[in-house]
Amino acid sequence: MGRIEIRGLSKLFGQVKAVAHVDLATDEGEFLVLLGPSGCGKTTLLRMIAGIEEPTAGDIVIDGRVVTQLPPRMRNIAMVFQSYALYPHMTVGKNISFPLRTRGMEKAVIREKVEWAAGMFGIGHLLDRKPRELSGGERQRVALARAMVREPSVFLLDEPLSNLDAILRASAREELRQFQKRVGVTTIYVTHDQVEAMGLGDRIVVMSQGRIRQIGTPRDIYQSPADTFVATFVGSPPMNLIEQGELMVGFRPETFLPADFVGDAEEVVRFPFEVTWLEYLGAERLVYGNVGEKSHALHVVSRLPGNVSLPVEVGHTYPFAVPRRDLRYFDRVSGLRTDGVAT
Amino acid sequence: MSGPGTLEKEPGAVPKGPGADDASGRVRPGIRDRQGLLAKILIAPAVLYIVAMVGFPFVLAVLYSLSDVSTGDPTLRIVGFRNFRLILEDSVFRTSLKNTFIFAFGSQILVILLSRVLATALMKEFRGKWLARFLIMLPWTAPIALGTIGWLWMLDSIYSPFDWIFRRVGLLGAPGDLLGPMQNLYWLGRPALAMVSVITVHIWRLLPLATVIQLAGLSSIPKDIIEAAEVDGATPWRRTLMITIPLTLPIVSIAFLFGLVFTFTDMTVVYVLTRGGPVHATQVISTWTFFKGIEGGDLAQGAAISLFLFPVLAGVAALMLRMARRTEVV
Repeated sequence: MGRIEIRGLSKLFGQVKAVAHVDLATDEGEFLVLLGPSGCGKTTLLRMIAGIEEPTAGDIVIDGRVVTQLPPRMRNIAMVFQSYALYPHMTVGKNISFPLRTRGMEKAVIREKVEWAAGMFGIGHLLDRKPRELSGGERQRVALARAMVREPSVFLLDEPLSNLDAILRASAREELRQFQKRVGVTTIYVTHDQVEAMGLGDRIVVMSQGRIRQIGTPRDIYQSPADTFVATFVGSPPMNLIEQGELMVGFRPETFLPADFVGDAEEVVRFPFEVTWLEYLGAERLVYGNVGEKSHALHVVSRLPGNVSLPVEVGHTYPFAVPRRDLRYFDRVSGLRTDGVAT
Repeated sequence: MSGPGTLEKEPGAVPKGPGADDASGRVRPGIRDRQGLLAKILIAPAVLYIVAMVGFPFVLAVLYSLSDVSTGDPTLRIVGFRNFRLILEDSVFRTSLKNTFIFAFGSQILVILLSRVLATALMKEFRGKWLARFLIMLPWTAPIALGTIGWLWMLDSIYSPFDWIFRRVGLLGAPGDLLGPMQNLYWLGRPALAMVSVITVHIWRLLPLATVIQLAGLSSIPKDIIEAAEVDGATPWRRTLMITIPLTLPIVSIAFLFGLVFTFTDMTVVYVLTRGGPVHATQVISTWTFFKGIEGGDLAQGAAISLFLFPVLAGVAALMLRMARRTEVV
């Protein structure tokens, strides 16, 4: 249970293509993250899967059944909204039991299931409270419990952590992931936060301007970005890109290190690196600067781990290097990755 | 894609705040910064208004109701509760009290139901929506008395276009017709029909306001919540029953109570259409106060009649204030 297939799905808002011919398929029990900047169509895609947005073209298939024309309640999906969308006039208990009551389930069964769901998220003691009496973290748990209580075949989450503060967000992320592994429900999770995407996803779908740019594991996305958009959107600071003839050469800031630290064991590419700005972040240092000639300076960033104790000062030039195997090449016009060889 | 490497380091020049270099160290705010004073100035007109236009007339009405003052003899002699005893014995007063409640509750219940229908329609997108909105709001823009005079013609005992239409479609005017064999219905001439007419015109007049209030209530429900209910398996019918109605109940109650107060205290429609007739069948407290106190000249009894509504209105006002506090959703 819980396999979603999306075939040629498009959504037009007037003249604007919010989602442009998207094909996508999940595995059973997979945690799939839709990642992209705001306005890239990821939320629209999720809402179409939920059935609260009608696609302009294409089909949505859940467990082999074409559900494109079906209303949300006939799709056996659950959704957690960014605002949590708790019913403000109902107690927590009534909120959680709502999806069961709409199905006309028996009272005894409802009570049992509500207790099960509330227990799973540790909110059993809050059942008689109203949503406005809860903290942000508690509301988020209620929203999750309400979504899970009916045991859906697909679980849709629209930036459910973005309203939590930073500390809570980290622990909620871990909990969410463990919970999903335990129940094994196919999950589609929308976020614009790449850290969340990397930490949560079995696979990540990177979207931009309504199109899918790359689908892959977090490692694929990070190590071998499909194009310059993915290369610069994922990773903080983003991948360095420098023009070289017909190509763009990319390398991650953490692979760009002082020449002495790279070593000579493998083939390296050396650059003189003129430091213009420095950020000390505790565990690491971010070094901003230029490579190349003065007239045609190219801006790059290096990320020095804490154990690289080399003193670096603004205004000086140092020999830096990148191992050749860490270089990625992109077509300068299309932005797509190529296997081009250049120096 | 590039980092902020081009940023120059700003020399740490933090501008000094006002008074920071004051030698004594303590700076007093000027008169323009004193919030207490501003509050008093801003609130003063409201206080003046309430004292002059609400408090004074109210005290005067209480005094009058306990006296025997009239337009012929304006000296104030306190006679105790005689006026109240007299009007309670008056059958016209009792009829108007009953009519007031029929008129107010009858019209307001229908106003709430109809305005919900209109507001729900206006929440949807459809072609010609601007025209529908314009037509719905139109009665509110017409001066009440003029609009009601228009209705007076529509409900005329001989030339009523409604009667003409009914005659034309064969519902009226011949023996065996559904609405009777007479040539006219005499809308304002028969007790029950007169009440129906008065209520209908009053609904016509208050519907725009109630629709706007309902529209505000409906659009204040976050879209997320409706969508969540949809995903949670609620049919449109159940969504209305379990989400929309409970969430708009506070604001709808306010619209209802507001309409109630408005109807209790207003006399235009009844005065223009029927003058309380036929034979007091549409007489309400407000018109009866006017006829007794102003046209009849018995200011004392007029004041006593109008004060009868005071406990009702005070109760409704208290309810409204409580409701207003409950509207804070989420």
